[in-house]
Amino acid sequence: MRKGFTRLHLITSLLFIHQLAQAQSPSGSGANSFTMILLAIVVLIAFFIILRVSDNLVRIEANKSGLNSEDESLSSLPAASDIFKQKNGPAYAKGRYVALKKGHNILLEGKAEGPVIAANANTFALQPANFRGMSPIPKVEVEVGNTVKAGDHLFFDKKNPDVKYVSPVSGEVIAVNRGDRRSIANIVILADKQQQYRSLNAPNLETCSREELVSFLLDSGGWSFLRQRPFDIIASTTEIPDNIFVSTFDTAPLAPNLDVVMEGKGAAFQRGLDVLGKLTKGKVQLGLDATGENPPSAVFTTATGVGKTWFSGKHPVGNVGVQIHHTAPITTKNTVWTVGVQDVATIGALFTEGRFNADRVVAITGAELIQPKYVQTKIGANIGELLEGNLANDHVRILTGDVLSGSKVSKDGFLHFYDDQITVVEEGDQVEMFGWLLPDLSTPSASKALPGSRFPDTVYRANTNMHGEKRAFVVTGQYEEMLPMDIYPQHLMKAILTNDYEKMEGLGIHELIEEDVALCEFACTSKQPLQRILREGLDMVHEQG
Amino acid sequence: MSTLLEKIKKLEPPKEKRFLHTLYDGFFTFLYTPDHTTQGVGVHIRDRMDLKRTMVMVVLALQLCYVFGTYNIGHQHFLALGQHTSFLAAIHLKLAYGLIKILPIFVVTHLVGLGIEFYYAAKKGHGIEEGFLVTGALIPLIMPPDIPLWILAMAVAFAVILGKEAFGGTGMNVVNIALLSRVFVFFAYPTTISGDQCWVAGLEYANGAATGQTYGGVYHFFDWIFNGLGWATFGEGGRTVADAFTGATPLGLASQGWDKVTSVYSPMQMFWGAIPGSVGETCKPLIIIGALMLIATGIASWRIMLSCLLGAGFMAIVFNWWGFDAFMNIPWYYHFYMGSFWFAMAFMATDPVTAASTNRGKWIYGFFIGMLGIIIRVMNPAYPEGWMLAILFMNVFAPLIDHFVIESNIKRRQKLATASGN
Repeated sequence: MRKGFTRLHLITSLLFIHQLAQAQSPSGSGANSFTMILLAIVVLIAFFIILRVSDNLVRIEANKSGLNSEDESLSSLPAASDIFKQKNGPAYAKGRYVALKKGHNILLEGKAEGPVIAANANTFALQPANFRGMSPIPKVEVEVGNTVKAGDHLFFDKKNPDVKYVSPVSGEVIAVNRGDRRSIANIVILADKQQQYRSLNAPNLETCSREELVSFLLDSGGWSFLRQRPFDIIASTTEIPDNIFVSTFDTAPLAPNLDVVMEGKGAAFQRGLDVLGKLTKGKVQLGLDATGENPPSAVFTTATGVGKTWFSGKHPVGNVGVQIHHTAPITTKNTVWTVGVQDVATIGALFTEGRFNADRVVAITGAELIQPKYVQTKIGANIGELLEGNLANDHVRILTGDVLSGSKVSKDGFLHFYDDQITVVEEGDQVEMFGWLLPDLSTPSASKALPGSRFPDTVYRANTNMHGEKRAFVVTGQYEEMLPMDIYPQHLMKAILTNDYEKMEGLGIHELIEEDVALCEFACTSKQPLQRILREGLDMVHEQG
Repeated sequence: MSTLLEKIKKLEPPKEKRFLHTLYDGFFTFLYTPDHTTQGVGVHIRDRMDLKRTMVMVVLALQLCYVFGTYNIGHQHFLALGQHTSFLAAIHLKLAYGLIKILPIFVVTHLVGLGIEFYYAAKKGHGIEEGFLVTGALIPLIMPPDIPLWILAMAVAFAVILGKEAFGGTGMNVVNIALLSRVFVFFAYPTTISGDQCWVAGLEYANGAATGQTYGGVYHFFDWIFNGLGWATFGEGGRTVADAFTGATPLGLASQGWDKVTSVYSPMQMFWGAIPGSVGETCKPLIIIGALMLIATGIASWRIMLSCLLGAGFMAIVFNWWGFDAFMNIPWYYHFYMGSFWFAMAFMATDPVTAASTNRGKWIYGFFIGMLGIIIRVMNPAYPEGWMLAILFMNVFAPLIDHFVIESNIKRRQKLATASGN
């Protein structure tokens, strides 16, 4: 092996010496600068390749003889990561640091600013469709006209009757609306002025067993915040997750600043983390934001009893799925849970306050608002009431969630259970003359072919136009640039479209949920519905078991 | 603006008339991006980038090649006849001559190609896809200027029907459509696209001696204009060619060694492209500008271009080292002066549909194209240029390359699963 390598090296070097000599001799009119530059480039690159190859050969040899190939002293080259990767993040990011290059930040007008204002929402709803993995017709335990306290059971899944879904507020049940095929669309509650809470007897966290804790969470409604991956479903009551992940920052377009959202909730958040820590066989893993100049809120940085990883990069670096991939990836054999930060605080409040505290700070965002702002409300608030008097334009689409993976809702709809953001975007049902040809600075794009890419700080006013028509997959390498994970999204999508289970699993469908490929879908030149395709694939794999 | 829109909308044929409706839809979406909005599920805003813009970027990158190619047709024609031999002499005649040659090629390519595209779009009931925008812009540039139009029409029809529509349309084809049309001409009508006699337009060969064409109707029309302006005219034509004229391309001469090539064409002449050849592939700097434009806009893969360059350089160096015959002994860097390497690398190898689709696969794919191209160029006596065949060959192998890259990703993940399963 070594002999062969030496020979190869010798031959190649000889070749190059020979070539250099030839090029330098005055061989007529040809020896001009163009040739010399070409020559220099080729020599440099070839030299680098030879070094790389030899380096790898040494590593292989080292591996064979049982040495650790990660040991840097073996390499004749500095590893590429040493040169190009910023090894340490900003000074405040102490601990594990991951810098991600891929992705794209979509900057939109209408970011929520300022202090958190109390919202005047009076009706709230719980929507069974928000809980994935639940059968569409749950057993409803209340009737119209009943009065409930915050934390009282509203319904449960007949397949999984232990998990109770509880009322976020106290008040009167004013409607149980049905959707398609007799499914329950939502249960609407008109909130009391003075909130009353179902009193809970939380077990002592230090002494209780995991079983006691689980049964308390199931009964108190805390379980409904635990989501399991793969598939992003309500956490299984029988499985113990390898790790529980919490992302403490959101990089989606116009996403709320979680530092603002969590202000003053440090104690509940910490207690929530402690609770989660008892539920997993691994650790609670926090993903922290190392992108900015200033450290994130102390609520996150001073959290104890958890694993912390600092991340810097562009969207979707704030997605918990991306953070899982770079911390302890999901495989076909393990499961992890994910929880939102405000949900952690609600779980913590079950213990610190002894009640189901459904308080939520929600960012109301979008360029079509008179005043984008943060409001203080509760889970499942009515959209129309939250937006009252704030719409600057009627021709809009209202979303619960962000523009990439949120859901369209009407004005009499409700905030989704896990969402902490409402976005209002303009409907783009207008034709545009030569919209495909003219250089355009007014629409967000991840493509370098548009002039906007030269001004990365431009803030855009987006609309819902498709900007083109759906086509077959043509462009390659585009999704990979939008997803900082070791995954080939386009090949995965094709595997899903051809129902190739083996390949879906092999290519990592378990690691993804819709929000992770949302940016790929945004950037897709062929306007393919990636999130829908992915969900079809996830459902297929889930059904297969 | 809105009244124009209303007028156009009034023209919309009923949906039952499928072909007409598809045609209308094709032209409407060309004029206006449609008012479609995102659906309730999935993303609610979409990138400005779409396939039309992607394709038109490539077409724009080709424009310099078109301008130069058109002019060069005229220049080579007059050069062969010993008239207006300075490059910038009689610009109007050369341009007019080039246009007379290139326009019919362009029109026939698009009539046939778009016609088939429209037909299939109507038949399958989907919109007209943009794929042919680029194919149609590439085909005239890779044909000899005197290609008989009926052969061209057959080639385009063959390539579009068998190469694309049979596989399911844009995005589904296995091999590059433009190259498929060229390879069709090459194998079905080899004399029209190889040898020394096809690369200069407007020469008639009889008993080995060449004479210039006689200038008929359309030339007289131009003469009438040029006369009026007091400029040089075409005249009646039928001149005998200049004594030094050979008609051979650099690659045609290269098997006799580099000295033979430079005795006819200087390296700078080859570099700047004032030599006979296919219409668009001769001028290297303009192609490089186009290639840089494609890289800067992210439309074409720089990985493929760079690895092509490396592969070709590597193979040429190996041949230098081997040194078996005069062709192999041509200094490796001069291979980049001859033939259509740059055009093939920039515009043909980078076709995303037929190239490898993984980034690692692209390196391998490009490198092999570079190597194979030089091998065919140097070692194939029948046809002294290799890029067409090399790219088509690697097009077929691209899925295999991808397969191995994908498999390694799958293996990595399985390893992780086994490790974590314990």
